[in-house]
Amino acid sequence: MIKIEHLVKSYGANTAVDDISFEVARGEIVGLLGPNGAGKSTTMNILAGYLSSSAGRVTVDGLNVLDEPLEVKRRIGYLPEQPPLYLDMTVEEYLIFVYNLKGCTLNRTKHLAEICEVVKLTDVYHRLIKNLSKGFRQRVGIAQALIGNPPVIIFDEPTVGLDPKQIIEVRNLIRTLGRDHTVILSTHILQEVQAVCDRIIIINKGKIVADELTENINRVAANTCRYQLKICGPQREVLAMLRDRADVAYAEVLAARDGDAYVYHVESQRGVDIRKSLFFAFSAKGWPIVGMETLGLNLEDIFISVVDRTNAEDGTKKAAKGRRQRTGTPEKDIAQSILDATAAKQEQIAPMEGDE
Amino acid sequence: MFAIFKKELRAYLTTPIGYVYVGIFLAVSALICAFTTLQQASYNTSAYFQYLLFLLIVLIPILTMRMFAEERKSRTEQLLLTAPVTITGMVLGKFFAAFTLFASTVVVSCVNFLPLIGYAVSEQSISTADTHIGPIGGQIIGCLIGVLLIGAAFIAIGLFISSLTENQLASAIVTIAVLAAMVFVGIIAAYVNSPVLRTVLDWVSVLSRYDNFSMGLFDFSALLYYVSIAGVFVFLTVRIYEKRRWG
Repeated sequence: MIKIEHLVKSYGANTAVDDISFEVARGEIVGLLGPNGAGKSTTMNILAGYLSSSAGRVTVDGLNVLDEPLEVKRRIGYLPEQPPLYLDMTVEEYLIFVYNLKGCTLNRTKHLAEICEVVKLTDVYHRLIKNLSKGFRQRVGIAQALIGNPPVIIFDEPTVGLDPKQIIEVRNLIRTLGRDHTVILSTHILQEVQAVCDRIIIINKGKIVADELTENINRVAANTCRYQLKICGPQREVLAMLRDRADVAYAEVLAARDGDAYVYHVESQRGVDIRKSLFFAFSAKGWPIVGMETLGLNLEDIFISVVDRTNAEDGTKKAAKGRRQRTGTPEKDIAQSILDATAAKQEQIAPMEGDE
Repeated sequence: MFAIFKKELRAYLTTPIGYVYVGIFLAVSALICAFTTLQQASYNTSAYFQYLLFLLIVLIPILTMRMFAEERKSRTEQLLLTAPVTITGMVLGKFFAAFTLFASTVVVSCVNFLPLIGYAVSEQSISTADTHIGPIGGQIIGCLIGVLLIGAAFIAIGLFISSLTENQLASAIVTIAVLAAMVFVGIIAAYVNSPVLRTVLDWVSVLSRYDNFSMGLFDFSALLYYVSIAGVFVFLTVRIYEKRRWG
C-alpha cells in the first residue's frame, strides 16, 4: 500500500530524515516511534504531500507522491501534529468545508453524521471550534482526516494533550479504523504503540533503528528472567541459598518487607525457568515463598536501549561505552537482536543498488 | 478551489474584518464623493475615483493581510496543502474571494452617485437648453472598470506579501508601503526630467494607465497591464508555496 524507499529530507545542512525505507501493507497499523526531533513528523509530512523529499521515492497504492500528488492526497487522510482547525467555524461548518475541499462524492449528511458518531462529536456539532476543549479539538482533527473515507490514515501524535479516558477512546478508535484502513501513527508514548499497533518502527536521528512486529517484541520481552520473590525465612541464609544456586545469575534483598517475609530480586540464567525448582527448594527448607512475580521487560526499556545504542554508535568513544554495557542487561540483548533483524530487513526492502 | 473561495468569503462575513473593510470603504467613499462633487457643485466624477484609488492603498491590505499569514500561523495551511487541491487552485480561490468582496463593495458604492443623478434630474427639468446635465455615464463606467482592474492587481500583490510572512500586521504594513509606492511613483514621474527614468517610473506606476479609463476610454493595453500584474503575483505566490515545500 505504502512504500518508502531511501527517503531523505534535509533542511540546509541539517538532515531531518536520513535514508528511511519501509513498506506498509494494506490494513496494517504501524506505529512510528522515536524521541522528539527524530524525523517522525517530517516523514509523515512527506507522505501526506505537505513537504517534498530531498531524495528517495514515496509511493501510495503504486502512485508516486511527486508525479500524481492529487491522486495520492485523495487516498490519504492526515491529522498533523497540531490539528489544522479554523477556530471561528463551528464543527459543522468546518467538516463541511473539508468535505468540499476534498471533493467528496459520498452523501454529505450521512457521511458526516457517521464520522461524528464514530469520533463522538455529535454533542458539540454546532459549537464554535474555538470554544472546544483540547480533546474535542483533537477529535475534530481526527474527524477531518476520516472525511472521504481514505484508505490510508496518518495520525501524527493523535493522543497528545488528551486525558487518560480520551486516550483510551482514541486508541480504540484507531484499532477500529485499522480493520479497514491502513493506519500510520506516530508517538513517543510506548504504551500507545504497544496497545494499538501491529508493527513498530523506531526512528532515531532520521534513521530507522528498529522495525519489528509488536507481538515479536512483546514475546521477546515477555521471555524474561527476572523475578521478585517474597520468602519467609532468615534473610541472610535465604540470600546465600539463592546465590549458591547455579541457575541464579544474580540475587539481592530489597528494602521492602512484607510481614516476616523479605523481598528478593532474582535474575536467573538466560533461558532457564527457575520458578518451580525454587519453589521446591524453599519448601524443603521450610521457608515458604509467599509471593512470586515475573518482572516483564517493558517496551520502554527496550526502546531506551535501542535509542541509546544507536546514539552510542555515533561516536567512537560512546561506542566503546555502549559495548561495555552490552554484556549487561537483557534489554540490551533484545535491543541488539532487534537492531540486527532490522538491518537485515532494510537490506531486503530496499537494496542499495536498485534506486529506480 | 471553489471550497476555498466559499470558505474565504464566509470568513469575511463572519469575522469583523469584512465589515470593517466594507464599512470604511462605503463611509469614506461617500465622504469623498460629497467633497469632490456636491461641495464643488460639479458633476465630474474623475476626482472621486482618483481619491478612491488612494483609499485602496489602505483598504486592500485589510482584505489580503490574513489570507496566507493566518493560515500559516494557525497551521491550517497543512490541511489545504495535503488536500487534493493544487496550490494554484488554493491561491486563486483566495484571490477571487477577496476580489468578489472588493468588486461588490465597489458596485454598492455606486449609490454615491444617486444624489448627483437626483440633482441632475431636477436641474434638467427646469433647464430650457437642450444639453446634457449630470454625471457622464461613460466616465463612470470607464473609471469603475479601471478601479476594478487596479483593485485586482493590488489584491494579487497583497496576497503575495501575505504569503511571505505569518504576521498579519507585517503583511498589512508592507502591502500598504508597496501599494503606496506604486501609486505615488506616478506622481513623482511627472517631475522627473530624465526621459529614461520617466519611462521606467511610468511603467511601474499604476496610475499612468488609468488616465484613459477616467476619460471614458477603454484601453486594452491597460487591461492587459493590470491583468498581467495580477497574474504575475498570483504566480509568484504559488512559487513561494512550492519553494517552501522543497525548502
